[in-house]
Amino acid sequence: MEIKGEYRIAAPREKVFAALNDQAVLQACIPGCESLEKLSDTEMTAKVRLRIGPVSATFNGKVTLSDIDPPNGYRITGEGQGGVAGFAKGGAVVRLADDSGTTVLTYDVDAQVGGKIAQVGARLISGTAKKLADQFFGKFAENVGAAAPVASAG
Amino acid sequence: MTAATGIGARVKRKEDVRFLTGTGRYVDDLPLARATYAYFLRSPHAHAGIKGIDLSAAEKMPGVVAIFTGKDLAESKVGSLICGWVVKDKHGQPHKAPPHPVLAVDTVRYVGDPVAMVVANSHDEAKDAAEQIKVDYDVRPASVDLAKAFDKGTPQVHAEAPGNLIYDWELGVKADVDAAFAKAAHVTKIDIVNNRLIPNAMEPRAAAAEYDKGTGHYTLWSTSQNPHVLRLILSAFVLGIPEHKLRVIAPDVGGGFGSKIFCYNEETAVCWASSRVGRPIKWTAERAESFMTDAHGRDHVTHAELALDKDGKFLALKVDTIANMGAYLSTFSTAVPTYLYATLLAGQYTTPLIYANVRAAVTHTAPVDAYRGAGRPEATFVIESIVSQAAKDLNMDPAELRRKNFIPSTAFPYQTPVALQYDSGNYPPIIDEAMKIADYKGFEARRAEAKSRGKLRGIGFSSYIEACGLAPSQVIGQLGGGVGQWESAQLKFNPTGNVQVITGSHSHGQGHETTFAQIVSDKLGVPLENIEVVHGDTSTTTFGMGTYGSRSLAVGGSAIMKAADKIIAKGRKIAAHLMEASVDDVVFENGTFKVAGTDKNVPLAQAVFAAYVPHNYPLAEIEPGMDENAFYDPANFVYPAGTQICEVEIDPDTGETQIVNFTAVDDFGNIINPMIVEGQVHGGIVQGVGQALLENAVYDKETGQLLSGSYMDYTMPRADDVPSFKLGYKVTPCPHNPLGVKGCGEAGAIAAPAAVMNAVRDALAPIGVTQITMPATPLNVWQTIHGAARAAAE
Repeated sequence: MEIKGEYRIAAPREKVFAALNDQAVLQACIPGCESLEKLSDTEMTAKVRLRIGPVSATFNGKVTLSDIDPPNGYRITGEGQGGVAGFAKGGAVVRLADDSGTTVLTYDVDAQVGGKIAQVGARLISGTAKKLADQFFGKFAENVGAAAPVASAG
Repeated sequence: MTAATGIGARVKRKEDVRFLTGTGRYVDDLPLARATYAYFLRSPHAHAGIKGIDLSAAEKMPGVVAIFTGKDLAESKVGSLICGWVVKDKHGQPHKAPPHPVLAVDTVRYVGDPVAMVVANSHDEAKDAAEQIKVDYDVRPASVDLAKAFDKGTPQVHAEAPGNLIYDWELGVKADVDAAFAKAAHVTKIDIVNNRLIPNAMEPRAAAAEYDKGTGHYTLWSTSQNPHVLRLILSAFVLGIPEHKLRVIAPDVGGGFGSKIFCYNEETAVCWASSRVGRPIKWTAERAESFMTDAHGRDHVTHAELALDKDGKFLALKVDTIANMGAYLSTFSTAVPTYLYATLLAGQYTTPLIYANVRAAVTHTAPVDAYRGAGRPEATFVIESIVSQAAKDLNMDPAELRRKNFIPSTAFPYQTPVALQYDSGNYPPIIDEAMKIADYKGFEARRAEAKSRGKLRGIGFSSYIEACGLAPSQVIGQLGGGVGQWESAQLKFNPTGNVQVITGSHSHGQGHETTFAQIVSDKLGVPLENIEVVHGDTSTTTFGMGTYGSRSLAVGGSAIMKAADKIIAKGRKIAAHLMEASVDDVVFENGTFKVAGTDKNVPLAQAVFAAYVPHNYPLAEIEPGMDENAFYDPANFVYPAGTQICEVEIDPDTGETQIVNFTAVDDFGNIINPMIVEGQVHGGIVQGVGQALLENAVYDKETGQLLSGSYMDYTMPRADDVPSFKLGYKVTPCPHNPLGVKGCGEAGAIAAPAAVMNAVRDALAPIGVTQITMPATPLNVWQTIHGAARAAAE
């Protein structure tokens, strides 16, 4: 399952890229994020509370930044164990393009779940991931500059 | 006295009083003092190595009593779970038998594979602690797609089964069949998938175990269909607890459908751990665990070809099947797609030559084993699909083609080309009766009328045969079965004349407590209320083989008849003594011993009393007491047969299929309780309809995640999915068992999928659809209709 979306952010690309690497901004924007601790410039541990269909669980996991290409974008991946609820993993390729002083952010998300979440929520995962991605990037755009989604397609 | 309660009477079920008033007693209801509760941590991955398990945080959780992993069981020499049936491949080699650990040791092989067992003071504490166990998985690619299981590059499930092949097995002579095909006027070919099913017994699996340190006795309560066999497996193969130190009790059990025949990981682990924990341990599956870990059913991919001559006579049948075993070989898994499948491929027909090739595959999915019908529904689906397809190909009436090829009633006993010898049957009157009840003649008018409403109406036949009443022990032994398949019975009279009927069968919905009582009431003239049927406890019942394969009445009931004969024989001697007559002159009629031609008589109850209070009794010649034991080993399988006719209406706009008429005419031999038989037929048909229209166990083909893991995605049939069934019976009594009975438990589920799918195919044929996979869900039907429309447009 893959989800794509696009946001226009009223801020220069460098500022947007810096925010994408700012632990405090990420923590504020990741839906359900209870904690985010920086291990290195590219690794963080996270505790995230998620609800997928009827299953709600706290995921403990790692967030990794890779393919870092300032200020054009990077890849952010996460993998979390939700105990008896199973696991969730996913990532997003984020690209930033300059458009006369504002930034167009595009993302391309893939997500996978396993165990009980897949058993009862596989059907819902697509919609849930789309919603979570929209929540994250929407809030992110809001935090970094005045923003509005340009378009998004599932 | 017995007419209202004897053989053939519609007696209301004795057991329903407790089931309907909430006083049944199931494993989970057991009040065990100081009980602990087990929770199993299961793999969320279809295939992964276990690099390490960190229990430190979990062990500190509140209420935790103990945590066990596969290493603990291995260290205490707990054996592998076993597959009890050795199938030899086409080269005479036994099937590959990879180990099946009770808790995974270094590798997990399906989503749900148990990794650790947490024992705590409550279920919730055990579950919370399990959440704190950290398993370091090395996730690997999984093999999920059955059709690709043997392909090069497919991930391997077990090192012991190279290429994922458990066996490559055949029945029949391929060269002879090929020669017949070369001469055929017509060949019909089909490719079909028999969809994977999840059993869904109303009561989930459960186990409770208690260890008595003083005596070294273990007691295991389990939702088992065959407690003696479970004890034998646990004692002799897995746990090594001597049989006399292990008592297995299967109390009231809420449905099995085959899924509770097997020896599973959980009861084994719970039993083993009970002595280590020193307190009783209880475990009851959550519904999600049932979906993941109850042995699934069916799951075949088949190519079949039928050769016919110019008149429509069947010349030969060729069947090539891949059968899914899942990740591990469950207790009877290897026998299901071989001896319970290929041996049935003659169906009701005189097809002289049959060749079947069955390859069994392991995949990273839950184990697959017997499920209501076990192999016979798969065989019936192949035969009845291809016969209906051949009728379409030849533009013949499907009933006429069937009738042309039926084994004639004069040919019994009939030796099929696939090992079985049918003992009795008369098929043409069955299909005639079914067509009459279904008003087959009026169908085309109904089809036209439906068309005027925009609906597609179709009609489908399924003329099934099954071999049940498992089974003649020596035949089973020759075929690699690990056990005998006789049944035991004991008739234990009390001095006041009431009687316990102790059976080695087990009732988990079949109504034995009523049917078996009716047999005894009929045979011995004892009032029904004075008869109690006892089953399910290895300490209070004689060793028995349990209930599966529609065997309880044909085999277990016959054992009761034998024990009753012994009661009568002994009673005659006692009565002869009391009446001062010669034993040869004493007859037994309606519960009373009489001297022929006189008015002298001794009711059975009086003879029983004399046996227990032997004041006037021939002690020198016969022992006191009235308590007889019998074992019955059947001479052959029994062969119920019948024809189902299903009529459907499909809405082409929504793809929804509605069953508008359903007729089933069966030959079950003699019938003991018509009401219970109707219930079995109804339930079986509904399960078959479920498979045909709704149920489908789906794994993600890449990740091996179970996608249909709850009732949100796995659709069980409901009352509004089926019409009121029209049933009929034709009786040819079984010639080799004393009751003349054939078994009715699986027939409905065996025949119905083909009847429904043939009706669906018939409904869709006018718009150019030739093939549709099962289940015919609205989405599937709609997509198939539109696919055909696109193909026609191109």
